[in-house]
Amino acid sequence: MDITASLHGLIGGILIGLSATWLMLTLGRIAGVSGIIGTLVTRQPRGDSAWRLAFLLGLVSGPLALALAGGGLGNVVGRPEAVIGEPAGGVALMLVAGLLVGVGTGIGSGCTSGHGVCGLARLSPRSMVATLTFLAAAIITVFVVRHLIGGGA
Amino acid sequence: MRTLMAYVAGLLFGLGLAVSGMTDPARVLGFLDLAGAWDPTLMFVLGGAVVTNFVGYRLALRRPNPLFAGAFQLPTRRDLDGRLIGGAALFGVGWGLSGYCPGPALASLAGPTAPLAAMLAAMIAGWFLAWFLAPRPRP
Repeated sequence: MDITASLHGLIGGILIGLSATWLMLTLGRIAGVSGIIGTLVTRQPRGDSAWRLAFLLGLVSGPLALALAGGGLGNVVGRPEAVIGEPAGGVALMLVAGLLVGVGTGIGSGCTSGHGVCGLARLSPRSMVATLTFLAAAIITVFVVRHLIGGGA
Repeated sequence: MRTLMAYVAGLLFGLGLAVSGMTDPARVLGFLDLAGAWDPTLMFVLGGAVVTNFVGYRLALRRPNPLFAGAFQLPTRRDLDGRLIGGAALFGVGWGLSGYCPGPALASLAGPTAPLAAMLAAMIAGWFLAWFLAPRPRP
């Protein structure tokens, strides 16, 4: 096991947990990215959009700040100087994957952050079932793509 | 002030994703690939986030209301339905194909590529589709 990678994961995870607690403490909101940003792009609710846009700007400026701070702070596989990894496939694969991620998080009311980080911390039964479901679907998909079909992602 | 608080939350979230390597699809896919060279990193990320937030929520929710808003807005549903499970399954397939869930995909705009742009455009189209498919009274 790569101890450094795991330690990076733990520190990053604690930062994400602090972010979710911060958003609840200050604005009383669940830190679910698909909910916050999905609502912003599809509905632009009046008087309820500025904080969503600010959250998005923060989300992008986090990795930017880390990249500007210099090497060694990211956790990209095999590239200690990098912060953002390469996509796992081309445009066609990403179009299919993006549509599934958008539709799925839209009708399933959440993603890894809303159901995973926030829902599990609230011991929500819906979020536990959703998290187990998307983890299982993703594990099966990777098995099919990498080991049954071979190649691809 | 609400805008600044949300920016700080986004910044912490983006820093967390970048420090943990969740902005690298290879890390995510390495975790999901149980039959390959398994990468446990995502387990530490999710574990660290959930435990931190579990404690954090318990402290924050002791207050009668948030610092800069009228009330805590918490989901109240506890029932399971087909939309929840079907949606989560569709999301999981897309996540497994790309290694991107919505947070890391958006945070990766810090290092844009053509496949990432395609991913984000399709994800937004998917959100619109889900919104139009949602059962609700229409005005």
